[in-house]
Amino acid sequence: MEDNYLTHGKGLGSWLTTRDHKRIAVMYLFSVLTFFLLGGIFALLLRLELASPGKTIMNADTYNKVFTYHGAIMVFMVIIPAIPAVMGNFILPLMLGARDVAFPRLNLASYYIYLAGALVAASALFLRGADTGWTFYTPYSIRTNTTATIVLAGAFIMGFSSVLTGLNFIVSIHKLRAPGLSWSRLPLFLWSLYATSIIQVLATPVLAITLLLLIFERLFRTGIFDPALGGDPVLFQHFFWFYSHPAVYIMILPAMGVVSEVIPVFSRKPIFGYKAIAYSSFGIALVAFLVWGHHLFVSGQSELANFVFSLLTMLVAVPTGVKVFSWVATMYKGKIRLKTPMLYAFGFLQLFTIGGLTGVFLATLAINVHVTDTYFVVAHFHYVMVGGAIMSLMAGLHYWFPKFWGRMYPERSGRITFALLISGFNLTFFPQFILGSRGMPRRYWDYLPEFTVLNRVSTVGSWLLAAGFFYAAFYLYRAMRHGERAPANPWEANTLEWQTPSPPPHDNFPEIPVVTTWPYEYREKGFFPQGMVP
Amino acid sequence: MMSADVSDRAVTAAASHEHESPFAGPDEAFEAAKQGMWIFLVTEVLMFGGLFVAYGIFRGLHADMFQEAHRYLAVSLGGTNTVVLILSSLTMALGVGATQRGQRDRALLFFGLTLLLASCFLLVKYFEYSHKFHEGLLPGGYFRNEHLKHPKAPLFFSLYFVMTGLHLVHVLVGMGLIAWLLKRTVARQFGPHYYTPVELVGFYWHFVDMVWIYLFPLLYLVG
Ligand SMILES: [Cu+2]
Repeated sequence: MEDNYLTHGKGLGSWLTTRDHKRIAVMYLFSVLTFFLLGGIFALLLRLELASPGKTIMNADTYNKVFTYHGAIMVFMVIIPAIPAVMGNFILPLMLGARDVAFPRLNLASYYIYLAGALVAASALFLRGADTGWTFYTPYSIRTNTTATIVLAGAFIMGFSSVLTGLNFIVSIHKLRAPGLSWSRLPLFLWSLYATSIIQVLATPVLAITLLLLIFERLFRTGIFDPALGGDPVLFQHFFWFYSHPAVYIMILPAMGVVSEVIPVFSRKPIFGYKAIAYSSFGIALVAFLVWGHHLFVSGQSELANFVFSLLTMLVAVPTGVKVFSWVATMYKGKIRLKTPMLYAFGFLQLFTIGGLTGVFLATLAINVHVTDTYFVVAHFHYVMVGGAIMSLMAGLHYWFPKFWGRMYPERSGRITFALLISGFNLTFFPQFILGSRGMPRRYWDYLPEFTVLNRVSTVGSWLLAAGFFYAAFYLYRAMRHGERAPANPWEANTLEWQTPSPPPHDNFPEIPVVTTWPYEYREKGFFPQGMVP
Repeated sequence: MMSADVSDRAVTAAASHEHESPFAGPDEAFEAAKQGMWIFLVTEVLMFGGLFVAYGIFRGLHADMFQEAHRYLAVSLGGTNTVVLILSSLTMALGVGATQRGQRDRALLFFGLTLLLASCFLLVKYFEYSHKFHEGLLPGGYFRNEHLKHPKAPLFFSLYFVMTGLHLVHVLVGMGLIAWLLKRTVARQFGPHYYTPVELVGFYWHFVDMVWIYLFPLLYLVG
């Protein structure tokens, strides 16, 4: 039996007490996928209810709870941890040429904190639930007699996990780079994880205090956000979005990092604009903190503030555009290999571009007032979060599949699933842009009969999406157990994780490699791996 | 495949059952731990930052109320606690220095003193809080005081209890950590060659002290 991280140490106990970043990543992976299934089931139920006007399968109160669960689960338990905690945990130390993250014990603690928070939040399902939406707007969230406090406490706890992961990654990138791995040779996935970590570390504490204050509102009637007690509900919105807008970039920046790795490898060309892509991540992270007010355009914010926030929000499009153009320029005249990860990178580009551009529409004050709280907004952020983050998660899951499991996934099934997901996604969410622009409000259980056709299309799309994800779960699980054995470097990629066996040994590298070049040397005459074994 | 080299490594790793440290040596590990602690303290600043922003906004909106309500806080008790905490920061720093120089008895003395001063802080806070409870000077919806008539006054006490309460939780955590240092110092686990936890707990304790140095004037003095 060969020795790798999967076979090193036997039994459940060795997994639950592991400090190996790779095993922790795998535990995150299965936890995140479980919650993804749960959040997805709620999404399907929502779409089923909306298949026709009036009551279809549930009453209005249940509907309110179901969309709250869907949102809270997908945001806090799935998308935020998905790429950093799963892909980041597994790949970051390998790409650094390190034996582990800087604080392996803290890393395991982060996982248990995440799990504890998620279970606390999920326990509300068996009590009186929660019906506030994932945004917990006051004063309703103070008054509701559902068990919102429990969901708030769960989200509060999960915040610590996110902070500690970010902290661990920042220190790892600073202190654990292999000899020769200078900043200008750092793979772009790590640059994007660095920028993500900064947001996690700076924004999450503000969410923590906001949720804590809201819990106190409910338990001790502190009144800071409660107009009936002299407080200010708009202050809650400011606090909440000061975290939750940057949180969107916690979701999308690592996704961009995955795409930045996949595109040059499958285009067989050096990445175009390495520095521009690296720095633009920090541009996005910086602007992320200055735009939260775009969620308050109709909440009674002053016109001057609206103007400033609108302008700053449009600025986000600049670093984002820099990235998109760089990716496209990388592909230009490349020898493109249409493997599944690359297909998902294309999917990311299509969906994220639509999501990003409609973000600019929404930043425009005149349009925003018209479409606030309509399905246009719902479609926009699903294009960014699902189209961007989940597409990229799928890209990463396939790209690093050989490294995770030492086996190959079936290429044909990968392509079929991609086709299912991309058509299912567009079918589900594109009609919602139209519905929103025609005035269908979000979060409603019912709608006017003239919206029926588009809602039906959207519901059918959600089934295609579900079929795609179930099929992916099926063939990936099978490949994990019985797939063809993977070589160390099946994609002929340069970054360090491909210069160790698949799956990697317990301590990652037989010898710590010495880095002699940047990671994107893909030329006509061949490719040039980043590290050499001394 | 099983080469001799691979199985050798497996045996040594399995025998020690410890995950290898990712660092080249103890100095690198120490530097990394310090950096991690600084980042953690930044997150703490941001968490309290939210409260300070809320304070600033409500003070801006209701300056007259803050003016009136802050007179109901006991400046003498708050002042005592400020002195107590600053002294405890001094003893903590002396304890850290003693550990670094390998003076174990001195370190024990100063950690003990720090813990004692922290207990003083708790005691004073206990009297302050029970007095407030007695007077009905309570957060928001539970406010019951007869003399303080300003309609927004309950908000001041919400902020007072949340801000000092969160700080108090930090003091309790700090005390736990110092007790843990004491235990490990008794067990001779620290010395000039290894004192990372001592240094980090020191950072944390100074931070807790610093938060109070902002809370005291904002709540008790300027109101
Ligand atoms: Cu936003």
